[in-house]
Amino acid sequence: MNVHLYVWQRATAALMAPLVLIHIAVIFYATRQGMSAADILSRTHGSIVWASFYGLFVAAVSIHAAIGVRNILTEWSPLEDRGAGYLAVIFGLLLAVLGARAIFAVVLS
Amino acid sequence: MLADLSVSLWRGAKEGRYETYSVPRRESQTVLDVVTFVQRNIDPTLSYRFACRVGVCGSCAMRVNGKPRWTCRTHVSKVAAGGRLEIGPLDNLPVIKDLATDMSRFLEKWQDAKGVFAPTKTRHDPIEQIRPDSPARRAADAAIECINCGVCYAACDTVRWNEDYLGPAALTRAWTLVNDERDGANTARLQAVAAAGGCHSCHSHQSCQELCPQTLNPTASIAGLKRRTAAAYLRGEIKA
Repeated sequence: MNVHLYVWQRATAALMAPLVLIHIAVIFYATRQGMSAADILSRTHGSIVWASFYGLFVAAVSIHAAIGVRNILTEWSPLEDRGAGYLAVIFGLLLAVLGARAIFAVVLS
Repeated sequence: MLADLSVSLWRGAKEGRYETYSVPRRESQTVLDVVTFVQRNIDPTLSYRFACRVGVCGSCAMRVNGKPRWTCRTHVSKVAAGGRLEIGPLDNLPVIKDLATDMSRFLEKWQDAKGVFAPTKTRHDPIEQIRPDSPARRAADAAIECINCGVCYAACDTVRWNEDYLGPAALTRAWTLVNDERDGANTARLQAVAAAGGCHSCHSHQSCQELCPQTLNPTASIAGLKRRTAAAYLRGEIKA
């Protein structure tokens, strides 16, 4: 871990902290209101606000988790920095694709 | 009459074994007293390192019942549960023989962390006035009492996982110099500790501050370096 990765990891963590709280609050709201999947989708469909919210969330998670995985690999596996970096980028891209797919399903489809 | 101690000492280098000796128990006995008794009375080929015997020189650190300790100031009564002691060389350092480790890499890392004072004045300049209660001067206290014993380095999980990690002692020294208003090499120092293996590798497990015989807090010093290097990086003063 160098200062560049450190700053990115801390910045994405700071970004995720309020997003996680809002995400949990939304889950509580939806379940306590007894909303069905169709109710929820009717509110999220075409919403730029929810697309932006979860788009930001997915981007932050992908960067944050990839840096963490890279750190785990360099410390706990025989991989050197370069190999761990490649695997971490692949992992981050996988998270980004899965997240983007979920956002697409909830907001656009 | 106190019962004898059962003392297991590491014999060998990287490969070796523990051998058990019986040592008379005495009042106010230190772990170093126990090791010295074995060397003087049972086996003169036992190798270990000490100098001052009063907690100043930092030479006598060893692993005592699983934890790194300064043996000259560690009383047997505090650590020998059930009258048993297992004493080995410090972790995270190559063993030369028995209880003596090779401290070279540990000390080289002080150099790698730019732990050398870089003066900005000559002998012809007036002595700089430093207020003893200023925040920077207080922060500079972090490593002034460090005795280079290597206990924090041996206790550190991150050093064990990452042999390039500079370690708590070297980084604490760097933090002291970062706060020294007379020093003129801070950009190079922040650059050195911001690289891979520097302060950002620390996981804040805090074994260093728990076991430091001088009750210093290297974790707090390293956290200070993380903040200072991140700020310098964002201002463009240092590079990743």
